[in-house]
Amino acid sequence: MELLALLALPLLGALLQAFFGAHRRAPLLNVVVSLATLVAAGLLAARVIREGDITAWHEQFFIDPFNVFLVALTAFVSFTTALFSRPYMLVEVDHGRLKPGQLRLYHSMYQLFIAAMLIALTSNNMGLLWVAMEAATLSTVLLVTLYRTPASLEAGWKYFILCGVGIAQALFGTILLYFAAEKVLGGEGVNALLWTQLNAVKGELEPAVLNLAFVFLLVGYGTKVGLAPLHNWLPDAHAEGPTPISAVLSGLLLNVAIYAVVRCKVLVEGSLHSALPGRMLMGFGLLSVVLAALFLWRQKDIKRMFAYSSIEHMGIVTFAFGMGGAVANFAALLHMTVHSLTKSAIFFAVGHAAQKSGTQQMDGIRGLVTISPTIGWGLMLGSLAILGLPPFGVFASEFLVLTTAMRQQPWATPILLAALGIAFAAIFRRVQPMVFGETTAKRLPHAPALLPVFAHLGLVLLLGLFIPPYLADWYRAAAQLIAGP
Amino acid sequence: MNALPFDLQLLNGLAALFLLLAFAMLAQRRVVTLVNLLAWQGFLLFAATLLLAWRTHEGHMYFSALLTLALKVIFLPWLLHRLIRRLGVYWDSEPLINPAGTMLLGLLIVIFAFGLAQPIAALASTATRNAIGIAVAAVLLAFLTMITRRKAMSQVVGFLSMENGLFFGAMSATYGMPMIVELGVALDVLVAMLVLGVFFFQIREQFDSLDLAHMERLKEDD
Repeated sequence: MELLALLALPLLGALLQAFFGAHRRAPLLNVVVSLATLVAAGLLAARVIREGDITAWHEQFFIDPFNVFLVALTAFVSFTTALFSRPYMLVEVDHGRLKPGQLRLYHSMYQLFIAAMLIALTSNNMGLLWVAMEAATLSTVLLVTLYRTPASLEAGWKYFILCGVGIAQALFGTILLYFAAEKVLGGEGVNALLWTQLNAVKGELEPAVLNLAFVFLLVGYGTKVGLAPLHNWLPDAHAEGPTPISAVLSGLLLNVAIYAVVRCKVLVEGSLHSALPGRMLMGFGLLSVVLAALFLWRQKDIKRMFAYSSIEHMGIVTFAFGMGGAVANFAALLHMTVHSLTKSAIFFAVGHAAQKSGTQQMDGIRGLVTISPTIGWGLMLGSLAILGLPPFGVFASEFLVLTTAMRQQPWATPILLAALGIAFAAIFRRVQPMVFGETTAKRLPHAPALLPVFAHLGLVLLLGLFIPPYLADWYRAAAQLIAGP
Repeated sequence: MNALPFDLQLLNGLAALFLLLAFAMLAQRRVVTLVNLLAWQGFLLFAATLLLAWRTHEGHMYFSALLTLALKVIFLPWLLHRLIRRLGVYWDSEPLINPAGTMLLGLLIVIFAFGLAQPIAALASTATRNAIGIAVAAVLLAFLTMITRRKAMSQVVGFLSMENGLFFGAMSATYGMPMIVELGVALDVLVAMLVLGVFFFQIREQFDSLDLAHMERLKEDD
């Protein structure tokens, strides 16, 4: 019931917005629908706490500790992003960058995007997971090109083609997975792609086929995670689309993609009985962290810079999942959560800062504290949080990743530390003059929504100081699930 | 040596034609012909699926054959032809690698693909396992088509050809995917093409051309 509401509400929202999306109240409707989705997610989470794992509709959908917190996180961030997007998009219309018709497209696609991600997260069927991932990409392509500028069209095209090719590889991987599963589960093959069933028989799946399948699945979904060297689309798509979309792409879609990779990894590892999948994840993860840290130095556009920071953090998460084991998985899950909250908070602050300064170029943004202390401090605190300064949650998860790496993969620790240090210097030297110093910014016609920024940062701070027991239980259960027996 | 039953011989024939078409697409520079080749490839997929459905008496394969016919043989080529006429893109510009080189690369890819498919084909119990290597080769050739082209339209045709190859692979390895997945994938492809239609007009409006050479501004070193 809660699951039905969770999936149906954003779809209904998309339909409503397709008709009324250009209306004056449409942004408000967007907020209301997202709030209703959040309530449904909350009820669902409460039920999972009460009753344990759920499956629904002939096992096509399921909720276990691994996806339940991602569902809650997705619903929460999509709600706060809707709050942020209301004044932001109104300002964009006032500035003449958007027409009301485009606002309709934006609102409708926003809800569709959320629905696709929720379906991907709750689907038990690996084929359906693929379909929902592709749907999530398609619903955001036209949002990246919303402004119709040459740069945004180029970004949209790259996003479409690269992710399309990537996701086609993942489809091939899924076909191979089905091929191996059909041998074991047999019969009509209707259930042969259900994750729960695959997980039960993963030891019997043909290793040679699964090995090949994993390469394709990792490259396919890895493209969507933004793992180097398949990350090319990510900074462009983040920088050229409207800022609320950057926030949900970075904060949510990357998480969903990594979720898909990890689900596949669990199956393949169970079949291969070797560390190969983990090593591949570690390799891709480490490469992403290092490349992103180096690219961070060259960025001039504020949204591009934080997009590279997302690649870096996805690299850390992938590396942690690659190490495996309960502690590393716990750290990776925690890092997914805090990165998602912090990065979307940063994008909220960045969106308003760019609107006030009239540019996304970092040289043009100066002295945010003098004109608007809340935006300035929001950006500053957000940046410090994402850079892993204590007492924020990112520090806790990065600390866990590093200490585990020290024990399990000592060779990787200095590389990780150096990359984190480089990233710190690269981002801090840019953010500092943007926040302090002389100002050129102006007032905006619609008061910016800063509540989401501080709500997110507050949560990240809380997660750094104290993790609520039920959340810690989820993380532990999920980490156990991923690590296997 | 046992002679294969006639329907299997026919299937292998279809698979061989499928690969031939993938090569033809690799060499073809006229966009209209490229789309026609794509439609023929879709038709081969349809014929092969229908033949297999008849052979195995699997109801869902008839359905999947019909889906292929409607989407890949009729609707998508029609949509692409319409777009070509409306946008006036008839020829692709010079490919990034010269044609002879591309063909040689294609040959290497086929050898590689058969090597890659060897372990899968050895495990498959379907009557069509010989076609798995061909499907993998077709996917990789389509990928090569995509990366050697400059025009957005040819890249999209390459993308769809890749999709055809994947379905051919799914069909020959496992007699197709579960229905719900096939429907979902078909829906995604359909939506992708509609999004693309909108997208092409936006690109044309901005750049007055569908040549991707205009779209190289977002580089790191500027």
